[in-house]
Amino acid sequence: MTRGERRNQISGLLFISPWLIGLGVFLIYPIVCSFCLGFTEYSVLRPPMYVGAENYAELMGDEVFWKALKNTLFYAAFALPLGTITAVALALLLNAKVRGQTVYRTVFFLPSLVPMVALAVLWLWLFNGDYGLVNYIIKSVLGLVGLQSLRPPAWLGDPNWSKPAMIVMAMWGTGHAVVIYLAGLQGVPQHLYEAAEIDGANVFQRIRHITLPMISPVIRFNVIMGIIGVFNLFAVPYVLSADGAPNRSIYFYVMYLYDNAFRHMRMGYASAMAWILFLIIFALTAFTVLMSKRYVHYGE
Amino acid sequence: MRYLAALAACICVLVVLRFSMKIATKEEHEGKIVVTYWEKWTGFEGDAMRDAVKAFNESQDRIYCELLTISQIDQKLLLATSGGNPPDIAGLWSFNLNVFADNGSIIPLDDYCKKAGITREDYIPCYYDMCVHRGKVWALPSTPASLALHWNKKMFREAGLDPERPPKTMSELWEYAQKLTIKSDDGGFKQIGYMPAEPGWYNWGWGCWFGGRLWDGVDKLTANSPENVEAFEWVKSYADEYGKDNLVTFRSGFGSFNSPQNAFMAGKVAMVLQGVWMHNFIKNIAPDMEWGAAPFPYPDGHPELANTTLVEEDLLAIPRHAKHPDEAFEVIKFLNSQRGMELLCQGQRKHSPLAEMSERFLRDHENPAIEVFIDLAKSPNAFKSPPLGILLEYRQEMQVAFDQVWLGLKTPQEALDRVQNRMQPKFERTKMRLEMRRERELFAEPGGAR
Repeated sequence: MTRGERRNQISGLLFISPWLIGLGVFLIYPIVCSFCLGFTEYSVLRPPMYVGAENYAELMGDEVFWKALKNTLFYAAFALPLGTITAVALALLLNAKVRGQTVYRTVFFLPSLVPMVALAVLWLWLFNGDYGLVNYIIKSVLGLVGLQSLRPPAWLGDPNWSKPAMIVMAMWGTGHAVVIYLAGLQGVPQHLYEAAEIDGANVFQRIRHITLPMISPVIRFNVIMGIIGVFNLFAVPYVLSADGAPNRSIYFYVMYLYDNAFRHMRMGYASAMAWILFLIIFALTAFTVLMSKRYVHYGE
Repeated sequence: MRYLAALAACICVLVVLRFSMKIATKEEHEGKIVVTYWEKWTGFEGDAMRDAVKAFNESQDRIYCELLTISQIDQKLLLATSGGNPPDIAGLWSFNLNVFADNGSIIPLDDYCKKAGITREDYIPCYYDMCVHRGKVWALPSTPASLALHWNKKMFREAGLDPERPPKTMSELWEYAQKLTIKSDDGGFKQIGYMPAEPGWYNWGWGCWFGGRLWDGVDKLTANSPENVEAFEWVKSYADEYGKDNLVTFRSGFGSFNSPQNAFMAGKVAMVLQGVWMHNFIKNIAPDMEWGAAPFPYPDGHPELANTTLVEEDLLAIPRHAKHPDEAFEVIKFLNSQRGMELLCQGQRKHSPLAEMSERFLRDHENPAIEVFIDLAKSPNAFKSPPLGILLEYRQEMQVAFDQVWLGLKTPQEALDRVQNRMQPKFERTKMRLEMRRERELFAEPGGAR
């Protein structure tokens, strides 16, 4: 290496040093720390005390841990596929060349700009069992078909309906995914559609055999981001009910993690939970990547 | 390159300057020693404490107390203490005391109290006892609270009840509740006389009104004691009477506590268990409301359980490594004098935790029912949250059990057995680890055991 090259290398490192330091101090150091803390009892007030794998053993027998995990998996199993289907469908519709296209696109993107807390409070009122807009509409529809005697659910007040309500709420934030899908749709070569049309393919066949394969890398990206998102669900349910009431039906994994860390002062236990969460997300992501090899197409 | 280095150096110099200036202003105020005090209150409660602190600052010329409003004070104090830079005084909740004391993050005040001549006799007993943990005094009170049944006199009158006579026993409460409940046309409710789920803050403690406790004081939790089960049976009787679906729908119509949609202030529920602070909210939100406060009813045939209440308290503690503990105690001492305390409690419209209250304080107090709350606090049935490290988690589990009973998902016995089976091992583990830690520390620093 000549002197000039070395100088260049040093300046280069210096220029990226804010990022390098940030990554080290705020990401790598906490990650290593949390791994070590997972094997300790740590209340923050006193130095951590090594307890071996006791935290992990305790977690395996912790019913609330399993309940929170089950709630999260249930939510993921519905919110993720539904969200993907909704977003792809919306993107296809918004890609249609109609007048006011940009207005529609903006309208569908707007909700994802609403802050989480505002969103939670808004839906709290929409889903209100007594005065909520959702039940008002359901009641009117029931009235129209002559089923006035049926009473709509109390949604967030009823342990059987609170999770479905959360899933409906999740659809509100599909705007981000839609934008990414729209970008992907721009990349689908027009000539493929023309060729298919000449061969007599109808709209659905074109979507099935051209559009979806061509945007499959985008779908994969969004699904992976979605997996990370649904497992980290926290702000909205925490605002709705910090205890996941009623009956912990909307008590999700990260809420229990947070409670252990900051309410029960069990940082070690919470760290162990964080690593289990990491493993779950890692496994699901790896699974998605492996499974999608067959279905994802990159160019011609 | 050179510019970059110069820039970095400039930033360093600025940072150092900034911090040294900050420390300089903190250490001294017009030549007086500055005592920093973190407190959680805002609004009129914060103003009341500010007035009391101002009175202290004017009462002498050696110490200047600087009051800072801090949200989530327990969590921030946790971080500040472990970072070695705590305030001189911290305004804690009573349920923080044992955790902070056991972890050595606040210092015992016994020697200070002895020197200042402060004893248990100076206080209403329950409020002093809340400051004591493992035989030592770790804090002194700032403001206390007890709970009483609040009732809506107008609704009593409309239901044909004597508006000046609240229910005395549980069966009277039930009977009144029936008379005060009005159904709506669609099978739901227009108003309900009484329901244990409103306001829902003390659902973990219902057992105490039936003579139960959450802990035997030694090594066993008593979540599923017969008294606690009886209390949850009592809860269930209301849920059964009104019907789960009706209750869920009716409750979802209640707005947040501090709003005109509050169930009690909006006239949707005629009787609630609430604290001494309720009067402030009624005054601001529903000033025309006619209300009264009385001891919560006791179970039939158990007059010895009359005047049961839950007491809570805000505390003043001195964190370990505080820079001016002696001066900090001077502030606490002033706030625990009759003058300081009455200034504070008058402003916060609560009662004083001191045994002696001036006639003026009682006469001028804004809360017309203040003596009810004082009598309740003095009652032998005034109970406090047990000093357990797992208390918050324990309460959360009791709340879940309440939900399960209220929604008809589990019987009281099942729901409370679940809590017992979950929390007892946690309790034992916490205790064991605390002891383990003590032993290790004894080995690590001989003579340095905290």
